[in-house]
Amino acid sequence: MTDILAAFAWVFDPTNWAGPGGIPVRLGEHVWYSLLTLILAAVIALPIGFAIGHTGRFRGLAVGISGALRAIPTLGLVVYLALITLNLSIIPPLIALTILAIPPVLAGAYSGLESVDRRTIDAARAMGMTELQILFKVELPLSLPLIIGGLRSAALQVVATWTVAAILPVGGLGRYLFDGLAVQKYDEMLGGSILVIALALVTDGVFAIVQRLVVPRGVAAGKVQDVRTKDPWRPLGPSVPNHPLGTSL
Amino acid sequence: MFASKRGRIAAGVLAAGALLALSACSSGGGALGGNPSTSSSDSVTIGSAAFGESEILMQIYAQALEANGVKVSLKPSIGQRDVYLKALQDGSIDLIPEYSGNLLQFYDKSATATSSDEVYTALGKALPSGFEVLDQAKAQDADSYNVTKEFSEKWGVKSLSDLSKVTEPLTVGANPEFQERPYGIPGLKSAYGVTATLKPISDSGGPLTVAALKNGDVQLADIYTTTPAIKDNGFVTLEDPKSLIAAQNIVPLINSKKASSTVKDVLNKVSAELTTADLIDLNGENQGASKTQPDALAKEWLAKHPIKK
Amino acid sequence: MSWLWSNFGLVWDLTVAHVTLSVFPIVIGFIVSLPIGWVANRYRVSRGILLTLGGILYAIPSLPLFVAMPALIGTQILDPKNVVVALSLYALALMVRTTADALASVPGDVMQSATAIGFSTWRRFWAVELPLAGPVLLAGLRVVSVSTVSLVSVGSLVGVSNLGTMFVQGLNQYNNAEVVTGIVGIIIIALIFDLALVLLGRLLMPWTRLGTNKRVTRRAALKAVTGA
Repeated sequence: MTDILAAFAWVFDPTNWAGPGGIPVRLGEHVWYSLLTLILAAVIALPIGFAIGHTGRFRGLAVGISGALRAIPTLGLVVYLALITLNLSIIPPLIALTILAIPPVLAGAYSGLESVDRRTIDAARAMGMTELQILFKVELPLSLPLIIGGLRSAALQVVATWTVAAILPVGGLGRYLFDGLAVQKYDEMLGGSILVIALALVTDGVFAIVQRLVVPRGVAAGKVQDVRTKDPWRPLGPSVPNHPLGTSL
Repeated sequence: MFASKRGRIAAGVLAAGALLALSACSSGGGALGGNPSTSSSDSVTIGSAAFGESEILMQIYAQALEANGVKVSLKPSIGQRDVYLKALQDGSIDLIPEYSGNLLQFYDKSATATSSDEVYTALGKALPSGFEVLDQAKAQDADSYNVTKEFSEKWGVKSLSDLSKVTEPLTVGANPEFQERPYGIPGLKSAYGVTATLKPISDSGGPLTVAALKNGDVQLADIYTTTPAIKDNGFVTLEDPKSLIAAQNIVPLINSKKASSTVKDVLNKVSAELTTADLIDLNGENQGASKTQPDALAKEWLAKHPIKK
Repeated sequence: MSWLWSNFGLVWDLTVAHVTLSVFPIVIGFIVSLPIGWVANRYRVSRGILLTLGGILYAIPSLPLFVAMPALIGTQILDPKNVVVALSLYALALMVRTTADALASVPGDVMQSATAIGFSTWRRFWAVELPLAGPVLLAGLRVVSVSTVSLVSVGSLVGVSNLGTMFVQGLNQYNNAEVVTGIVGIIIIALIFDLALVLLGRLLMPWTRLGTNKRVTRRAALKAVTGA
């Protein structure tokens, strides 16, 4: 417990906020690296995910490759890439973490597209839209929540795992973990961990808000209520369901 | 329909249970735990850090002790100093090969001793009660500042005092703790008046640090003196006329309860035989083309230096 | 490759240790997530709290958590239990979200029908919700299993032997072959676990073996009807 208190004391100590190794600098580096990774992963995984979701083909292959990519241990990959390229910049961890981030983004993309009701797509096709128009005007807006969900899950992973890259001379919050551990400054190590957790929470929160905001108006959000949920008016008589017309339209 | 559903669930549970039981069984005496000794003779659990030299030393201690009737179990590749010292303190291991200077630094951050004898004496006083160090070997594996041959020739730098001749900014590739070690960044400044920045590479003078030195990412690198890469790459180890860098003699750190007379005798004889040249050779074979494993290397060394109590 | 054959004994021991360290967190994480996910699904208010807690748990960097474990659960520093407990927490954090989503994906009308017929909440969970949520749960479990196998490797930094130990040793020994063997070994174990889960899923949920690709079925039906 005292360790955790010491960690908080470390976080709020003004001397740790100044200088080139200060908290704002490291935080900025960490956010920058994570953003870069997420953008790279999105650029690679989103088009592929859309193609898979739209055409419905190669889904099994995508699931298999995603699984294999997820299985790669990040620390091992960072070490290996650094060893064979003898490059000690952010490039090896960037590659390793992008590979790590691709599976959730890919899964979000194709499951998002798959969740769109086929009747809607049929209707769009019947109206004469081209495949690309269907993709951009119908499928994407309707599947945005799940796509953002995939990006959210990837963002969380990326923010938490960039700490591993500090085995190399790169910046980011992982520096506090490795440097603190090296000199037994546990308050620094735990303080860095607290900062990572805080950053992850903020990231998760931002994505959660975005996820809620991108649901297009007009999409019926109806869900049949489970009658057993505690209803304060129950004793007075049968409860009236919220959406008498149900969900499927 | 009912019966087959029950059958399905039963089969699933059985499969999962079998898998758990199988893994629990196979973990029994395997890599997870040591083999507890049952006889009344001495028994010692020896640990090592996560690098080749430490494992080789662990194997040498282990095989020498076993040859003299001590029961030994091993816990190799534990990790960093604070992890394995915690293991020593909670009894998970009893003995570990250590380096005098850094061990002293760990227990006494304000220590200033640098010569072999001073460090050894101070160490005896700084250790927590219940633990002791046996005789130290002449063999050392100390930190050292290295530069490439080209750098040395360009600036005429052969020792740390020559560094003041260099006009370009200096970076040092070393483990993160170098920022605070008395012979690290602060020591360079106070003893030699050299301001350098640290590029933290957490491989303890390994291939990444060597690569950084070779391709000019850093001008100086902290590579341990028994690392074959120094000779292999023609690096120049800078001399230390002001004795900034603490001695790092190989010394066995042991739980006093396990330091029986047999154990002490055997280990002291090992320490008497071990030389720095031995370490360089052993590391060379471990890291070179043959990639010989520590246990085989220990066997070879003991064949050349038989230890009898 | 030659390095692998000459050190097969060492690699095998580490593999067995790795498998053992991976199995327990996956099973524990799955079982404990069921009640928590059910609560999160049933009581809307708790969903946000529980999922946020899961998010915090998952964001805790693994190395500090392993180092702090002995203080939290009173074990010795080298005890594999440290790694197992920490990994169970991560597995739990990942699985809770999936369980909540899986149980939420069960169609409301089916739940209402089950209630109408007379199932109690307990019976409805085991007979209706769980089987219907099964495929989504399995998908989540596969992700958790792969992540756990991959994360066990960090345990090598606190002295718990597993295939991840080969990264650090390989790095210190200038041995790229050792590092690669560690990585490939972990990937293979993860894929084997994945396969085992898929087979387990087929065993326990035979109804999912029927054709489920609605798009293909729909297209085929259209073709048959219109002759197009």
